[in-house]
Amino acid sequence: MHALKKHRIQSFVSNEPLVKISDLNFTYDRRPVLTGINMTIPRGKVVAIMGQSGCGKTTTLRLIGGQLKPTQGEVRVAGRAMHELDSAELYAMRRRMGMLFQFGALFTDISVFDNVAFQMREHTDLTEEMIRDLVLLKLNAVGLRGAQDLMPSELSGGMARRVALARAMALDPLLMLYDEPFTGLDPITMGVIGQLIRKLNSALGGSSIIVTHDVQESLQIVDYVYFMADGKVVAEGTPDEIRASDKAYVHQFVWGEMDGPVPFQYPSAPYREQIYGAAHA
Amino acid sequence: MLDSVTSALRGLGNRVTSRIWRLGFASRFLLATLLYSSTSFRRFFLTIREIYFTGVQSLIIILVSGLFVGMVLGLQGYDTLQRYGSSEALGILVALSLVRELGPVVAALLFASRAGSAITAEIGLMKATEQISAMEMMAVNPIARVVAPRFWAGVISMPLLAALFSAMGVFGGYLVGVVLIGLDEGSFWSQMQASVDFREDIVNGVIKSVVFGIIVSWIAVFEGYDSEPTAEGVSGATTRTVVTSSLAILAADFILTAFMFRGA
Repeated sequence: MHALKKHRIQSFVSNEPLVKISDLNFTYDRRPVLTGINMTIPRGKVVAIMGQSGCGKTTTLRLIGGQLKPTQGEVRVAGRAMHELDSAELYAMRRRMGMLFQFGALFTDISVFDNVAFQMREHTDLTEEMIRDLVLLKLNAVGLRGAQDLMPSELSGGMARRVALARAMALDPLLMLYDEPFTGLDPITMGVIGQLIRKLNSALGGSSIIVTHDVQESLQIVDYVYFMADGKVVAEGTPDEIRASDKAYVHQFVWGEMDGPVPFQYPSAPYREQIYGAAHA
Repeated sequence: MLDSVTSALRGLGNRVTSRIWRLGFASRFLLATLLYSSTSFRRFFLTIREIYFTGVQSLIIILVSGLFVGMVLGLQGYDTLQRYGSSEALGILVALSLVRELGPVVAALLFASRAGSAITAEIGLMKATEQISAMEMMAVNPIARVVAPRFWAGVISMPLLAALFSAMGVFGGYLVGVVLIGLDEGSFWSQMQASVDFREDIVNGVIKSVVFGIIVSWIAVFEGYDSEPTAEGVSGATTRTVVTSSLAILAADFILTAFMFRGA
């Protein structure tokens, strides 16, 4: 048992990429969602997965977290294939991961303090005094030490996201997963969350994966970007390479152009035909 | 013609197989709930907290309903019994009706509407707002942490609520029979005491309420956990909990009564 734990710890501190996705395919209800995805997330880096809504970004994140199993291919985290883990091993792996959900997913029946303390109480034998100190430390890191007694319903969207961030890093994870962390936030809060993601990654010494369609904010804080469309990786590169990319899809996405490879019009019958009828077209 | 018959048969077959599939899924879910129940007892405060929400907060509706059902039984029972000159037997009628049938059944129906629907809505909303997913990602099993404590809280609360319902009903019968109509207090209580058998009447009533508690809690947690994570999905699941629980309670009551009925 001790040797197994040692192996797990070593696998988290070795030099191989923390996450490696190889030939990943995922099919839902006979519909291909992801096809031939290959990604490498090196240690210490912040990597963004970008793309339109419905392109398979969040599914990729859920496959990395082991919430879904691939139809083909594999996701390796710290050298272990996620789909091969039994439930005890999967839970052990998740203790080294933190995930920030799109709208925080705070437990609404307990206070901010208890939300952040949740994992500590579930997974450690720490005394309440120690948990109190650690929770205040985490809340201080996101600037919400003073909000410890509030209930989630009393928080603004940005505050809820920051509390969720404090909760996600409660056990100092080595891999942070962010699902649309900037959605619905004002520019100031967006900047705060972006800076926190970057700082936390350096402080925790691990890797972060951000699934987002917020291009400008993300390009400022990430080291590498994967662009996805229709369940495939269509482009990748550093933020500078992405900004300078001449690939039509990337260009349209980065500069928010109205028409391009992603058409403005939803597929439909020709306009003239629909207005005047087939006979007059 | 043939096409429409084929498609109707196919639709019927689909509905039947999907119901059977869902029943199988619900059974596996119950098994998983029982398997991961150790947390509910090891950290009993989790279950106590849910007993407060499902049991204690259902007290008002249970007690008030019990009182009125008992009072109505008193009035109706007196009206019938006095025609045969046996109005003194009102205590027996009220007590047996409540302890054997009305207590467990009506309390379970009220419990399904008050607490069952609340459990489904709560778990369904937790799912819709990704709280269940968040728990899974925090390496905490939601069946052990969320489902099992609510299930056991329902199973523990139900017989207690049924007992309180019956007690209040007997008190309601007493108010109508003795205080309002003026029957002899001594014969009301002594006949009741002499005729209500602990094993045959009270224990059978308790067995019924435990079974109803398992049925309602199982349906409530399953519907919540299996609900579509949308507003419509949660509202549909809540409705299904009340409808399915009510029908299941009445069907189970018939089956249990048939087994318990001695015909003597």
